[in-house]
Amino acid sequence: MSFQKLGMELLLIKLKMGGNKINNQNLNNNTDEEMVLNIGPQHPSTHGVLRLKTITDGEIIKKITPYIGYLHRCFEKHCENLTYEQAIPFIDRCDYIGSMNNDFGYAVAVEKLMDIKVPEKVEYIRVIVAEMNRIASHLLAVGVFGLDVGAVTPFVYCFRDRERILDLFEMLCGARLLYNYIWVGGVSHDFPIGWVEKTYDFLDYFEPKIIETNDLLTYNKIFIERTADVGVIPPEVAISYGVTGPNLRGSGVKWDLRKNDTYSIYDKFDFDIPVGTGAMGTIGDCWDRYYVRIRELEESLKIIRQALDQMPRDGDVYESMPKKIRPKAGHIYSRTESPRGDLGFYIESDGSATPSRLKLRSPAFTALSCMDEISKGWMLADMLTILGSLDIVLGEIDR
Amino acid sequence: MNNTEIIKKIKSSFKNVSVDENHSQRIIVSSNEWEELSKFLKNDYELFFDSMMCITGIDEGIDSTNLGVVYNLHSMKYNHKIEIYIPVDKNDPKIFSVEKIWRMAEWFEREIYDMYGIVFEGHSDLRRILLPDDWEGFPLRKDYEFPKTWHGIVVDKIKDGWE
Repeated sequence: MSFQKLGMELLLIKLKMGGNKINNQNLNNNTDEEMVLNIGPQHPSTHGVLRLKTITDGEIIKKITPYIGYLHRCFEKHCENLTYEQAIPFIDRCDYIGSMNNDFGYAVAVEKLMDIKVPEKVEYIRVIVAEMNRIASHLLAVGVFGLDVGAVTPFVYCFRDRERILDLFEMLCGARLLYNYIWVGGVSHDFPIGWVEKTYDFLDYFEPKIIETNDLLTYNKIFIERTADVGVIPPEVAISYGVTGPNLRGSGVKWDLRKNDTYSIYDKFDFDIPVGTGAMGTIGDCWDRYYVRIRELEESLKIIRQALDQMPRDGDVYESMPKKIRPKAGHIYSRTESPRGDLGFYIESDGSATPSRLKLRSPAFTALSCMDEISKGWMLADMLTILGSLDIVLGEIDR
Repeated sequence: MNNTEIIKKIKSSFKNVSVDENHSQRIIVSSNEWEELSKFLKNDYELFFDSMMCITGIDEGIDSTNLGVVYNLHSMKYNHKIEIYIPVDKNDPKIFSVEKIWRMAEWFEREIYDMYGIVFEGHSDLRRILLPDDWEGFPLRKDYEFPKTWHGIVVDKIKDGWE
């Protein structure tokens, strides 16, 4: 074969691929190019300590085996020796980006187990802080995703806004990342004086910043080229793998626990569930998952605004807090919507002060488990895009 | 369908199924029947449990001879739920793997194998997932003894219990 002909053929192959997934037939043709490539555990694109063993053919991925457990501390075993209150700081540290939502899920689960009805004011406080934390978490997801595909500026912009939320949380409970704020039957502090006004200021400040992010990143041509049509999760695959949250909604499934299996007082608010529409490519691609998060920022703002308006101003936040948490023997499986999806708690009580079994069903765990399925046939650079679009937190996967 | 109707429907096809009234009406099945029941739950037109929410391993206590696995199922189409409990013998813990039916079970079953040593028959890749491959014992069992050393590193116990 002459060099010219070879070059032509390579060009044809390249044109054929042009951002498209290689079909399975070509995948099975074994060539000598097969190579094992380790990504991580220390790699900036793995979002923590995650090791991906990839088998590649040239630049095309044939198989991915994620190795997890580098952050494992077996908090479930710890919790068997801790009282229900003492477990909360451990649960904070599972998903360290959305701690408020973790505590919220746990508090809802234990309250269901003990039949505690919390006062209306506490419910409002919880919803406000949980949605604030959702914004902070999505800002990190959006910024870091931009960083993964090579856009550095939006990351800095997102962190600037996230910092404001963290400052508000610091004013609220003294901590910036791991709050230990939502307790069983109440919250640790009432809103300090001036907090509500500052939050209104933040909402007014932040609303136009979403448009800024859209201009910088969402409709950026390079960004769209990198993310549209890449890493499509079909809805039935997503459901079978237990993928939830923005990743599932990106696949076009209108499913949000805040609406479909409502808890706390989410039924009082008016908000939409954004779903992926395939505006830039296929339904369920990386861009759709990203854009669902951007839209959710707006929805969270809506919820916070309504909650701040409706919230009863006076009332005691410690009113329904039990002196001693000793649920009667029984068990509960309860789930809430965390920024990453369906966060479940299975709690089994034997009537003592410590849970006999506490299991956290982590949404990022299921999202990572479908990694192999969706990234087969893509190029190595696309694989990191797909990983970024899933928005995983390793603290929650390893627990 | 509500919980009672679902249980009635399952009982009409599976005779040996019992209902645990104390534990918010969950279904107890022996591990022999789980293979057929799981396929029934997924494929039956009226039940259609297409999504597995969670799989949890359980140790029933030091005195008991049983470990257990809890399956929390949910139907996205009809929005109904069911909980299924399967006791397994501690000395020979074996259970049918539902990895092919609900794909998310792949990692959850690996985690239960890792923590409790329950063997899922028919699983394609049953290895430890969170702990290192050479770890000894199954940590979430109630009779687990904490290791004194690990690869020659002495693990000091500073104080007993928690204050």
